[in-house]
Amino acid sequence: MSHEKIEKNVGLMMLLIVIAISFGGLVEIVPLFFLKETTEPVKGLKPYTALQLEGRDVYVREGCYVCHSQMIRPFRAETERYGHYSVAGEFVYDHPFQWGSKRTGPDLARVGGRYSDEWHRVHLNNPRDVVPESNMPAYPWLQDNILDDKQTPTKLKAMRTLGVPYTDADIESAAAAVQGKSELDALVSYLQVMGTSIRNKR
Amino acid sequence: MSNFMHWFIIIISVGSFLGCLWLIWSTSKPRKGEAAQGEETGHTWDGDLAEYNNPLPRWWLWLFYITIVFGLGYMAFYPALGKFAGTGKWTQVKQYENEMQAADDKYGKLFKQYAAQPIPQLASNTAAMKTGQRLFINYCSTCHGSDAGGAIGFPSLKDRDWLYGSSPEAIKTSILDGRSGNMPPMAASLGGEQGVDEVAHYVMSLSGAPHDASKATAGKARFVVCAGCHGLEGKGNQAIGAPNLTDDIWLYRGSIGAVKKAIIEGRAGNMPGHREFLGEQKSHVIAAYIYSLSQ
Repeated sequence: MSHEKIEKNVGLMMLLIVIAISFGGLVEIVPLFFLKETTEPVKGLKPYTALQLEGRDVYVREGCYVCHSQMIRPFRAETERYGHYSVAGEFVYDHPFQWGSKRTGPDLARVGGRYSDEWHRVHLNNPRDVVPESNMPAYPWLQDNILDDKQTPTKLKAMRTLGVPYTDADIESAAAAVQGKSELDALVSYLQVMGTSIRNKR
Repeated sequence: MSNFMHWFIIIISVGSFLGCLWLIWSTSKPRKGEAAQGEETGHTWDGDLAEYNNPLPRWWLWLFYITIVFGLGYMAFYPALGKFAGTGKWTQVKQYENEMQAADDKYGKLFKQYAAQPIPQLASNTAAMKTGQRLFINYCSTCHGSDAGGAIGFPSLKDRDWLYGSSPEAIKTSILDGRSGNMPPMAASLGGEQGVDEVAHYVMSLSGAPHDASKATAGKARFVVCAGCHGLEGKGNQAIGAPNLTDDIWLYRGSIGAVKKAIIEGRAGNMPGHREFLGEQKSHVIAAYIYSLSQ
C-alpha cells in the first residue's frame, strides 16, 4: 500500500491511525480490567454508607479533586507524611475514582481518622481558623445546606449497577440515613472513612 | 494474571516491535519504479518546485533501530511481558522497601538513641529538638498551629496551661493514644436559661474577667453541678481533661457568649491517637519538643 493511497483517503488514514495507537492501550489498559489486584476490593473495604456517598458527591461538586489528590505513591517522602501507599483494590467502589492529578493541598487518600470531626467542621467552614497559613477556600454554605434525601436511594442504585454490593435493605434505608443531615455532616463522614481500610501501620 | 492475558500482552508487545522493525526496514528500501537516488522524483508544485528522491539520513534511520533494540532490552529487564518478572527482578514494592530500608539505616540509629533518653534530657538536645520541630510541623501543626499556639478549640501547647497535665508522660500519652474530652450539655441541670446566664457570669468572675457581680453570686451556688468535673474552686481536673476556669486561658474564647454556648451545647474535644501512624520513637521526639516549648 503506497503512502499516496493512505494520504489521499482520510477514512482509511483514520482507521490505520486508530489501529496504530491502540496497541499500547490494549497491552497497558485492557488487562487491568481483568486483574484480581485491580478489580477486587482490599480486605476490609466497605461500600460507602448513604451519608458517605452523599458526602462524596459534595466532594465532587465542590471540585475538591482539583486541589487534592487521593493517591499516595510508593515513595518514602509520601508515605512518611500520608501513610501507607494507595493500592488499586481500595478504589473498586469509587465511581468515578477521585485520584486527581494536582496537589495544591495535601493528598487526602488516608485523611480518615487523622483529625477530629470537629476539626473538619471548623476547617471547612473557614480553614484559616485552624491553619492560619492555609490558602484553601472556605465552604461556609455546607453547614446550612440540608441534603435532599429523595435522590439518595437512586444514587445507591446507580452505584449498584456499577458493581457496588449494596443490598435492597441498604437502598431502602438510604433516605432515612441522610434525612435532615447537612452537606457538612455528609462530607465529614466521607472524609473520615477515606483510606481507613488499610491501617497506617509502621 | 490469567494465561490468556499473559499471552495477550506478550503477543501484542512483541508483535508491535516486529511490526515497527518491518515498517522501517521495508520503507527504507528503494521501491520498484521510483527515481534513482539523487534524481528528481517527477513531482512538481507551484510550477517549478521539484523534489529529490533522497533517503532518510542514516543517523535518523539508525536511531529507529537503536530505539527498538533499547526497547527490547527494557522489556527483558523490567516486568513488561505478562507474568515474566524480567531479568532484573525489579518490583515497585521492592524499590519502595529499599528506599525505606536506606532511610532506616540512616535515621533509625538516631531515633533509637533519642528514644533511650528521658524526655526532659532530650528536650535540651538541640539537634533532637530541630528534628522534633520538623516532625511537629509535619504532623501536629494542622491542629495546634505551626508555632504550637493552637486555635479556638485546639489547645495551645506553648502556654503553661495543660488540660491533661504537663508531665512528659502525659504529653506522650496524648500523642500515642489521643485524648477525648467531653462536656455534656448542662442547661437542664442548671435550671434553664437563667441558670446558664448566672453560672456563665460566675465562670467569668473566676478568672477576673468582666462580669455581672450579682449574677455571679447567684451562679456560685449553681456551680456545684459543675464541680464534679471542674472542681469546687473551678480549677479543673487533669485526669479527665476538664479545663481550669480560674486562669485567663480559654480553649473556646473567654467571652460570656462562648461560655454560655459551652454550657448549653456542651463541648467535645477529640485528639486522634498517633501510635500506629507515628510509632513510639517519633512520638517520643515530638513529646520532647512539646515539653521543651513550655520549659
